[in-house]
Amino acid sequence: MFTRSGLAFALVFAAACGARAEPPGLGKPSTEADIAAWDISIMPDGAGLPPGRGAPAEGARVYAEKCAACHGENGVKPVAPGAGPLVGGGKLDRIEAVKTIGNFYGHATTVFDFIRRAMPFNEPRTLTNDEAYAVTAYLLAANKIIGENDVMDAQSLPKVKMPNRDNFIIRFLDRI
Amino acid sequence: MTANGRLRGRSLEPVAGNGLIDRRALIGRGIAFAGAMTGVGVTGAAAEPLTDAPWSREMGAVTPALQTPSRFEKHVVRTLSNPDNEFRNSHARTPHHLLNGTVTPNSLHFSINHSGLPDIDPDRHRLAIHGLVKQPMVYTVEALSRYPMVSRMAFLECGGNSAPMFSNEPLQASAQALHGLVSCAEWTGVKLSTLLEETGVDPAAKWFIAEGADSHALSRSVPLKKGFDDAMIALYQNGERLMPGNGYPMRLLLPGYEGNMNVKFLRRIKLVDAPAMSMYEARTYSQILPDGKAYRFYFLQEVKSFITHPSFGHSLKGPGFYEISGIAYSGAGRIAKVMVSADGGKSYAEAALQAPVLPKAFTRFRMPWRWDGQPVVLQSRAWDEGGNVQPTRAEFVALRGETKAPPPLLGFPNQHYNSLTSWAIDANGGVKHVYA
Repeated sequence: MFTRSGLAFALVFAAACGARAEPPGLGKPSTEADIAAWDISIMPDGAGLPPGRGAPAEGARVYAEKCAACHGENGVKPVAPGAGPLVGGGKLDRIEAVKTIGNFYGHATTVFDFIRRAMPFNEPRTLTNDEAYAVTAYLLAANKIIGENDVMDAQSLPKVKMPNRDNFIIRFLDRI
Repeated sequence: MTANGRLRGRSLEPVAGNGLIDRRALIGRGIAFAGAMTGVGVTGAAAEPLTDAPWSREMGAVTPALQTPSRFEKHVVRTLSNPDNEFRNSHARTPHHLLNGTVTPNSLHFSINHSGLPDIDPDRHRLAIHGLVKQPMVYTVEALSRYPMVSRMAFLECGGNSAPMFSNEPLQASAQALHGLVSCAEWTGVKLSTLLEETGVDPAAKWFIAEGADSHALSRSVPLKKGFDDAMIALYQNGERLMPGNGYPMRLLLPGYEGNMNVKFLRRIKLVDAPAMSMYEARTYSQILPDGKAYRFYFLQEVKSFITHPSFGHSLKGPGFYEISGIAYSGAGRIAKVMVSADGGKSYAEAALQAPVLPKAFTRFRMPWRWDGQPVVLQSRAWDEGGNVQPTRAEFVALRGETKAPPPLLGFPNQHYNSLTSWAIDANGGVKHVYA
């Protein structure tokens, strides 16, 4: 039989346990619509690709204006210290081989994603979607992965077959 | 013979080539240690008579609000790869050869930034969790600071740490230049699993994308398994709020996983069903192998050790007693054993491990050593509790290769080097980096 103080203790204890089982709930519920401006993730299957389109010829004009100052005239030989080559790169015949879109990337969506999120270096996320598609198309064409007249958009980009796509080994499968 | 006498005799026995002394001389056995120091005879002239220096006779300087090291320690700084902040990434490397213990001071913790240091106002920073969740949520720094927290020691290592070791010839450089992109701190924050409990998780979610508030919006894909294991939203580093270079006001901490995945300035976590193949996982942190294929999703920073004392940049002041010490760590758990050699790997002795030995954190190993003044080659080799062992250089190169010509010291010819480091000491006490 409970004494009065024992019962009071049991009730307080139960309340404390209840409070601990509940998550703190100090975040604010949100919606995908309210997060949309930050959600720039692009998936390899094309999920997240925005509307818009671009072809290599338009991309060449954008590239000359906004990319060439660092990555060099046609993406082969960068001119800024931190900029990597984007075109060519040759065979992966040494462990220190230069990795480019042409010789290394496994997915074309990676190219669009990084251009849109991080480039140009000094003014990221200022390209329009059409410009981002066009520069992506220009670089894929310069690497001879697509044709000079191939238009890139949310449907065509994920279908591009990258030359090096089958040359990857997952290091520790058990960790995935 | 007394017990101490027996112990002293045994402790002074060399246990491996070129003067390595039984590690038990260092562990809780003062007399044995004293024996190792003095029992063989003191060398050199007697000490000078002692007198007071000026600082012992006057009032000292003001006690400051935020203290900094002595002016005599001004050389103990990080080395910078991009001091003029050009439009490219910046690296600041930890001076391991000038530190001891297992904690990296915050001011000396390594830092890599791909587009400079953002100046984030914590009151305006937000963390959004969305995607394959039941309820998307947005958290302020203030709100997260009220959550139940955990603290743990964890090393952080850039996947490209030790990249100069891929060179086909040993580059003459300090432990700071070779291995300065790893550090260890106590991190305090909210477990990611606590927040995922609030958002709820769609069973289709298998990965999450973590993204920073930096101008590159640096983003990496992480298996959700790790998110529910020991992932943390870290708010504090060695007791104080994160340093800007380490992700202020919050970062993802994935103990034992490649530094770049521990996304700094964390502002968004999106649960997804597959990896996004962001540039950093698809290109930068995929490693070319000798046969032209490449590793993807390496993630784990494998078992590794290197000697910090003595090492390149030091010079030994004549024969006699020295403590060899260094750092060992494994992204897979606790360090189980470190073996030290003074003859380039011909013979090894087990080093003392400084307690506490914590999982996925620095362990300091120590080995007493009496140098006879002849040339020696020091190296260490670590094992972790899972039985993983640091590969020899021959084993490592057979699997991962080496460069065709020496690369620039600040270059990253490849990543995830965890083989041995060897220091050759010449008869004058000079230290060189060698392969052995």
